[in-house]
Amino acid sequence: MKTQGSKAMADASTDPRRRLRRVQPLAIRLSHWINIPLLLIMAGSGLQIFTAYPALGPRGAQYSWYPFQNMSPPRWARFGGWLAGARHWHFALAWFLVLNGVIYLIYFAASGEWRRRLFLPGRDTGGAIKMFAYYVRALRTPPAPDFYNGLQRLAYTSVIVFAIVEVLSGLAIYKPIQLWWLAMLFGGYDGARVIHLGMLALITLFVLMHLVLVLLHPRAILEMITGGQRG
Amino acid sequence: MGRVVTRRKLLLSVGAATLLAGCEKSPAVRFFLQTMDEWNQKMQAALFSPARLAPELPPSDATPEEAFPSYFISEEMPFPPANWSLKVGGLVAKPGLLSLDDLKRTPRTNLRVRHHCVEGWSAVAAWHGVQVSEIAKMAGLDPRVRFVEFKSFDSNYWSSWDLESALHPQTILAYGMNGHPLYPDHGAPLRLYSPVKLGYKSVKYLTEVNFLLNPTGGYWENQGYEWFAGV
Repeated sequence: MKTQGSKAMADASTDPRRRLRRVQPLAIRLSHWINIPLLLIMAGSGLQIFTAYPALGPRGAQYSWYPFQNMSPPRWARFGGWLAGARHWHFALAWFLVLNGVIYLIYFAASGEWRRRLFLPGRDTGGAIKMFAYYVRALRTPPAPDFYNGLQRLAYTSVIVFAIVEVLSGLAIYKPIQLWWLAMLFGGYDGARVIHLGMLALITLFVLMHLVLVLLHPRAILEMITGGQRG
Repeated sequence: MGRVVTRRKLLLSVGAATLLAGCEKSPAVRFFLQTMDEWNQKMQAALFSPARLAPELPPSDATPEEAFPSYFISEEMPFPPANWSLKVGGLVAKPGLLSLDDLKRTPRTNLRVRHHCVEGWSAVAAWHGVQVSEIAKMAGLDPRVRFVEFKSFDSNYWSSWDLESALHPQTILAYGMNGHPLYPDHGAPLRLYSPVKLGYKSVKYLTEVNFLLNPTGGYWENQGYEWFAGV
């Protein structure tokens, strides 16, 4: 497994198209920074919409496992002023968030960037475990440095999956009859609401961890602005 | 499908949304949200399939009736005038009045479907009544009719619909709910009911159905809630 992984990396580094690429190519930097206002407004307007019925499960059968039934999200986390205002923002910016995501994924696949960013279980599981062990101080030294370590690849790959599920569950809530097959995939309309809110929680968790870690490694922030070195 | 909503109506509705939101939006933001709302309503109309039926649900899915929310906009529960009848008008060959008995003699449609409220909750009930398409057939529509207006005796609560959604086989004028006659809190003696629109489009306490050339907004729609509101 190990040799397979390093072979893939060797192939990548001899690919002439990739030799001059910066640590963070322009396309990735752009989509990264465009995401920030979009995600903030989507999350804020989503929570404002949720405030109109801050519960999970249908009327008369709210889910007993959800601990925050009928508790509104805090005012500071909401955006859009009222239900209709938040809906206008949410459904307006959703298009741009999806567009940004689709352009990112096309670039991600076509440029070969996926090779050094995507979590490939065969290559990265060992590294992720070692990095985790290092963080919890079970290991004295971190695994050998790579473009990203296994744990980073796992986090950055997971959040792509969360985002895709977030968009699909959102569509299921928006059109549970016209897109009934999508709603069915999430266990119906009320199931899709659970998944939609759950993915927001996971994406928020990712962002918080991401913020802590980049503040601990400020060079990563600089690279996301300037692109970093070519090579 | 083209002009589902007139530009003026949109300007009115989003303008009202801004006022009610109580926040000063810049003209650019307002223009952006208006444009996106217009686009979204076009997309919704394009996605709407006149033949796609909301799934019929088993009795075990029904929401306990006391848990099925209901509201009216009048100060007190609206009761119908002594000799209530439904006025059918607009561009039709045979305008006129229909009594409840007339309606009950018309072929009956029964549905048990999920209701989707703009607030985010869902609930299930059975509804019994007459298809709007049946009323249209009886009245004889002028081929130029594109919209249907539904008016009530609940402080003039009203809504207007695109013709396609109004003629959907599950869009009915309901005089019964869960096997009994409609109770006053759910719009007695007659209400509009459809699983293909958000709840606020289903006008209760009906007095008039008008087949028209142009949309006439609606109670919530004119305050900023989207006009198409398909699910």
